[in-house]
Amino acid sequence: MSELVAAEDVLLFVNAAVTATGQREFRSSAAEQRLSLGFLHEYVRVNYRPLYASCLALDINDHNAALVVEQLLRTPGEAGDGEGRLVAARLARMAPQRVYRLFGRLREAGVNNRRTRAIVREWLAARPDPALDAVKYRSGVKGALRHAHLPPADAETGDFLFAPGKRVRYGNPTLEAYRRAHYDESAVYALPFSVAEGFAARHGVDRKVFLERIAPRMTRLERLRTTRTAGPGADLRGMPLTRLALHVLALPFAERAERRGELTGALRAAALRAAGPYAGSWGRVAAVLDDSFSSSGSAVKRRRPLAVALGCHFLLEALAAPGAYTGLWTSGGTDPLLVRPDGPTPLGLRILDALDGGPERLVIVSDGWDNAPPGLAGEVLRVWRSRLDPERRTAAVHVNPVYDAGVFDVRRLGPSVPAVGIRDAEDLPALVEIAGFAEGRTGLTELRTYLDRRVADFLAGHGEGEKA
Amino acid sequence: MTRIDLTGLGVRPAQVWGGVRLVPLVRAEPVGGLRLHREAYGSGVRRDGGGRDGGYVSHLSAPSSVDAGDGTVYTSYIPHGFVADWSGTDREEAVYGTRLGDGPPATVPLRAPHHRFAKRRRGERRLRFLPLHLALDGYLSLHFGGPPVLWEEWSRDALRRGLSPRAEAAYAGVEVPGLAEALRIFELHPGQCGVLVYAADALAGAFVVPHPEDYRLLHPTLVEDLYGEQVHQYAHYGAPVPDFTARIRDGAGGIRNLADLRAAAREQERRWAEAHDGLMARDLLETPYAFERVYRMGSFALYRFLPPFLRDGREQHIGELITDHKGRTAYLKTFRLSDAQVRRGYLLRRLASCDWHVGRAAEALGTAPEELVRRIRAAGFGELLDAHGLAQARRKRQEG
Repeated sequence: MSELVAAEDVLLFVNAAVTATGQREFRSSAAEQRLSLGFLHEYVRVNYRPLYASCLALDINDHNAALVVEQLLRTPGEAGDGEGRLVAARLARMAPQRVYRLFGRLREAGVNNRRTRAIVREWLAARPDPALDAVKYRSGVKGALRHAHLPPADAETGDFLFAPGKRVRYGNPTLEAYRRAHYDESAVYALPFSVAEGFAARHGVDRKVFLERIAPRMTRLERLRTTRTAGPGADLRGMPLTRLALHVLALPFAERAERRGELTGALRAAALRAAGPYAGSWGRVAAVLDDSFSSSGSAVKRRRPLAVALGCHFLLEALAAPGAYTGLWTSGGTDPLLVRPDGPTPLGLRILDALDGGPERLVIVSDGWDNAPPGLAGEVLRVWRSRLDPERRTAAVHVNPVYDAGVFDVRRLGPSVPAVGIRDAEDLPALVEIAGFAEGRTGLTELRTYLDRRVADFLAGHGEGEKA
Repeated sequence: MTRIDLTGLGVRPAQVWGGVRLVPLVRAEPVGGLRLHREAYGSGVRRDGGGRDGGYVSHLSAPSSVDAGDGTVYTSYIPHGFVADWSGTDREEAVYGTRLGDGPPATVPLRAPHHRFAKRRRGERRLRFLPLHLALDGYLSLHFGGPPVLWEEWSRDALRRGLSPRAEAAYAGVEVPGLAEALRIFELHPGQCGVLVYAADALAGAFVVPHPEDYRLLHPTLVEDLYGEQVHQYAHYGAPVPDFTARIRDGAGGIRNLADLRAAAREQERRWAEAHDGLMARDLLETPYAFERVYRMGSFALYRFLPPFLRDGREQHIGELITDHKGRTAYLKTFRLSDAQVRRGYLLRRLASCDWHVGRAAEALGTAPEELVRRIRAAGFGELLDAHGLAQARRKRQEG
């Protein structure tokens, strides 16, 4: 019994760690989300520490990965084997600004044990361009060096950070560009975008001209973010699926209709990339996609649930056998590109429509607030599972992009269909695997085996990355 | 016409948030020939008024004062007004404070006593009125004139000035706990033209408009409307209400294929609609009201109505409505009276029916005159009584 409870607790935590970002959601405030998530982290760390650490190998989001790392480093006395390697491997994959913020939090909390210092040292040593970091994340680098008692990467960077007036000029081109950018407009374009923005404003450079000239220095996401002001023609190839979906949903309807071919092509290409080896292997697939008003998310997560649904639409299309996919939106709309978050959530009736086709797989993408009428989706799935499909010809899974702070989990439709949290549509294949555990019939042993396999893969991937 | 007729409006499943339950009403097709718009008054000081995380922006205006002409000044706080438009042009654009013409927007001209809150500009096929003011005005002016005969128990002031000044308290929607949040996360149904608001499962108010587009625009104004004292208390002290979740009976052989399952799912929707109309909204729909026509606009008529003020424990609502020529409701807005307000209405009714004669009224009520006097005092009408006259009357009764 306790094994089942443990497995349930860990899966609940994985769901939370995949979806929750501590930000405001449609139905709960940021404070509620943070409170709920903070409790969950502590509960799982205290009770299932090894499993808690191995969650770092799963596709949990960066916010939660940073929280897990922080919790692990705060309590070194209880640490188990291999935690340090997991932490190092996860930090190596995280965005540097998040890692610097994490180091800052550790500093504030006065966490300065030997393991923490070693992790900071190794992470900083692995940074490809310390001078760029010193310019772009100046206070973060300074704080990390001070906190871990580390020497700067080289003498010039050290002077740049801690004795800025000491040198008349720098040998390193990035540091030199930063110095010159104070008076020389042309040097601005040798700096990273986020730093250059401030200098451009100081020099009074026209935004449009600035964006055009800085373009080569932008990261991929910065380019996507500024493409609205820079004008269309941005390169959408190579964008991750969910980012692309978010970008598409941010465009006005007229533009979406106008650029239909281009946008659909980009979404299809991203979905094929995400599907990878699984493409075309899922057979007949039916999806129920939630585009009710609640999928508009919140001011800080604008249209996120809807973007996940849109991403899943294209991904499932790629995963299904050619021509064997049906996507049903709750609003009854048929054009995925012009989808808008509006109206109630009649999930139950849409699920019935989806089952009419006799699919091999049924995927429901929804925040779980089934309200027209409430609870009908759970009832339909229960009756269908117990009366009409007891042999499980159809595999059903509910993926939920919204963390419900009140229940410490994603909201479920009912016990008869497993619910898993989802952050990016790309993770769908891996999540469907986890959903097998969430059906409550597999115990802790299987879950442990699965996690060990994921950890091994994860660490192996990290090792290769280091060698390369 | 004695009842509210909600023909053409269908009930859809309720959405619950905390102690607030919102029941959407949808129309298969909008009422032709009448549109309702919102009108913002005043300078429009913007303020965030929507609960924890901010939601709606309410438009506050400075209290506006209007000279009624005979030296009386009417001062009111007006969050927003409505414009009923029966010109039939059915323009699609949202009208928001743009239909006032060139007049200063903060004022509402008042002339004829009954048309005070509904004003039509000359030659226009549009009527402007303030939501719920008509209804509240109707309730406040109930037997406003006071006693017609100076029986000894009543003071001279009672005869001279009636019930003036007469006041009742109400709460703005933002002060009703949980209402703003519930309205913010409410998912509008396609074709939705109205909503019934329940606080702790007591009907707090009904709101119906002629066209779904109007409803979409006016939905946020629900948070600026007036709600009775009782609604505020219920929302404040009431526990979260449960969802009426669907249940499909699948006993032996009940459901054999998907078609059966679909039929059972449809059945759930129908049963909810029946249960709602018969159980939750019964008091609103089945009470006979006293309707008073305030305005006639083409084939539509604007009414206000008062409940029978019966003390049988049922909900009592006041409100205003616009009906088409067949008596079907195009616009409806109600206000739930608290028990104390119902008691006051009841008392005034009974007194008036006995020409304000305390002895006869007490007899009609089956109680002693002393008890009736106590009730008059408890209802807040003590100032109408004359202490000397009361003492005299009591002495007479004792002697007699």
